[in-house]
Amino acid sequence: MEKIEKIKVHNDVKSFRRFSTIALTVLTVITLLPIILIVIASFTDEKVLLADGYNYFPRKLSLDSYYYMVRQGSMILRSYGVTLLVTVAGTLGSILLTTTLAYPMSRKDFKWNNTLSFLVFFTMLFNGGVVSSYIMWSSIFGIKDTLLALILPNYLVTAFNVFLVRNYYANSIPMALIESAKIDGAKELTIFTRIMLPLAVPVLATVALFTGLTYWNDWTNGLYYITNPELYGIQNLLIRIMNNIQFLKSGSNTALLGAQTVDLPGTSVRMAMAVIGILPILIIFPFVQKYFVKGVVLGAVKG
Amino acid sequence: MTTLAQKSPRVKKKKSSTAQTLPLLLIALPGMVYLLINNYLPMFGVFLAFKDYSYVKGIFGSKWNGLDNFEFLFKTKDAWTMTRNTLLYNAAFIILGTIFAIFVAILIHELGKKRRVKLFQASLMLPNLLSWVVVGFIVYAFLNADNGFINNTICKAFGLEPVSWYSNKGPWPYILVFVYLWKFVGTNSIIYVAGIAGIDQEIFEAAQLDGASKVKQIIHITVPMLKPTIITLTLMAIGRIFYSDFGLFYQVPANSGRLFDVTQTIDTYVYRGLMERNDVGMAAAAALYQSVVGFLLVVVANGLVRKIDKENALF
Repeated sequence: MEKIEKIKVHNDVKSFRRFSTIALTVLTVITLLPIILIVIASFTDEKVLLADGYNYFPRKLSLDSYYYMVRQGSMILRSYGVTLLVTVAGTLGSILLTTTLAYPMSRKDFKWNNTLSFLVFFTMLFNGGVVSSYIMWSSIFGIKDTLLALILPNYLVTAFNVFLVRNYYANSIPMALIESAKIDGAKELTIFTRIMLPLAVPVLATVALFTGLTYWNDWTNGLYYITNPELYGIQNLLIRIMNNIQFLKSGSNTALLGAQTVDLPGTSVRMAMAVIGILPILIIFPFVQKYFVKGVVLGAVKG
Repeated sequence: MTTLAQKSPRVKKKKSSTAQTLPLLLIALPGMVYLLINNYLPMFGVFLAFKDYSYVKGIFGSKWNGLDNFEFLFKTKDAWTMTRNTLLYNAAFIILGTIFAIFVAILIHELGKKRRVKLFQASLMLPNLLSWVVVGFIVYAFLNADNGFINNTICKAFGLEPVSWYSNKGPWPYILVFVYLWKFVGTNSIIYVAGIAGIDQEIFEAAQLDGASKVKQIIHITVPMLKPTIITLTLMAIGRIFYSDFGLFYQVPANSGRLFDVTQTIDTYVYRGLMERNDVGMAAAAALYQSVVGFLLVVVANGLVRKIDKENALF
């Protein structure tokens, strides 16, 4: 009797595990299929794409759109360069400003630590809104149509990241370490640069990942502050291409359409550009997945 | 290393002499200056909502017009539409998002630490790593009227008439909710995976010995044990219920005017007022409306979290 019970339980565990595998496989497929569609579209022959529409099994594959990008690529290359530059500068700047702000906040013997924490924290509760932010950056600081407009507004220091680093310092690095360094006569700045900064590498990897991803994927700063196409990052170039499709579709004049398509990359080229926009993420992500997961968990526990 | 440090004679903790306060303050200065400019200065800019702003006259030159902007704003249908949309979409996201995230988390936990679990998890998180612009492209590949996948393949296969998706607002609430879930469920489930892993596994073992089936264990152990996490995350989401994801509502419907009735949220309205209609006063009024109500909601939501679970309260 007992044996039967045990077998029953065992079967239950087994069948639930099988169910989990199947359900997760289905969900994964549903998640990936939309992304796969644009990848396949980028390798689809332009004429076939226009005749049959987007398809998972196109009649004819082609590398034309990638050749096209290599040949006509100065604009694409430029926007890629802009995005890369902005991502690197933004991430480095963010790490520097975030750690320097978070470290004093983590020191229990620092008179102002609570004041600073509150000032950082309050930015999560209330904000002046995009209108005054936009007017300030564009009228007072005049950053419109400069690379700074892609770096400075919104993302350099976020309360989320500051608290992530502060909590890391407060919880994982013993105060005694700082005290013994002080006995050895080290100055505060030396303690920070020589001891605290290197010790924070694990959490900084998470911050760098979040910030880098934010800058790589950002298009709102470009939308607000950039009108000069030479300063478009890859995302804003993609928006411009998408708008051109809409524009052509709305003016249903086919003759005009024929004349204008010369300047416009074909449908598959547009999709190829979207693909190269996500390529770096696809390459890097498997290596940094664990930092990403860690950041999400830590951030949720205490914002 | 720690033990060595602990053995060293205790230094008397003097609560911050100037010699230590000043350097630490200087270290914090650059980051603080950035926050003062980027976050605090615009807070004083909210007075723009009470002005008839013109770019020519500038911030201080523009005339005050009292509550006119607010009066105009709330007289339009837009104020109601964008508030309704923002609230209803967020409600759908909170409810469905939580259910799906927990469901996925249970499945992932069940498979333990096998290698393919990491693969599943990475795939499910992938959409969250894509920009809204790229997501807009993907949606366009499915929905565009001429050669989109849905019209060309799915509709043909079922003998349905092609649909002009970007000018037909009926399906959009479903599309937007689907896109939201597609993009965020994988990442949101991570938090619940951590939550489930934190449950004492002996409880499950005991239940199993008593003959409780897996489904019963989920209903009577997993979900109840996750309750504090669920409540906290939900309340925090309610605190942000007046804010919407600009990219989801701007890029995914391709900024199509015919869809505004079901896609306009406070964030898209503010953007369009500011950048497209050049009506800075109205946009500022809408932004202030969002900031103030948003602030009150966060405070109330946090108060509730505090009552239930002090540990998880923000303040």
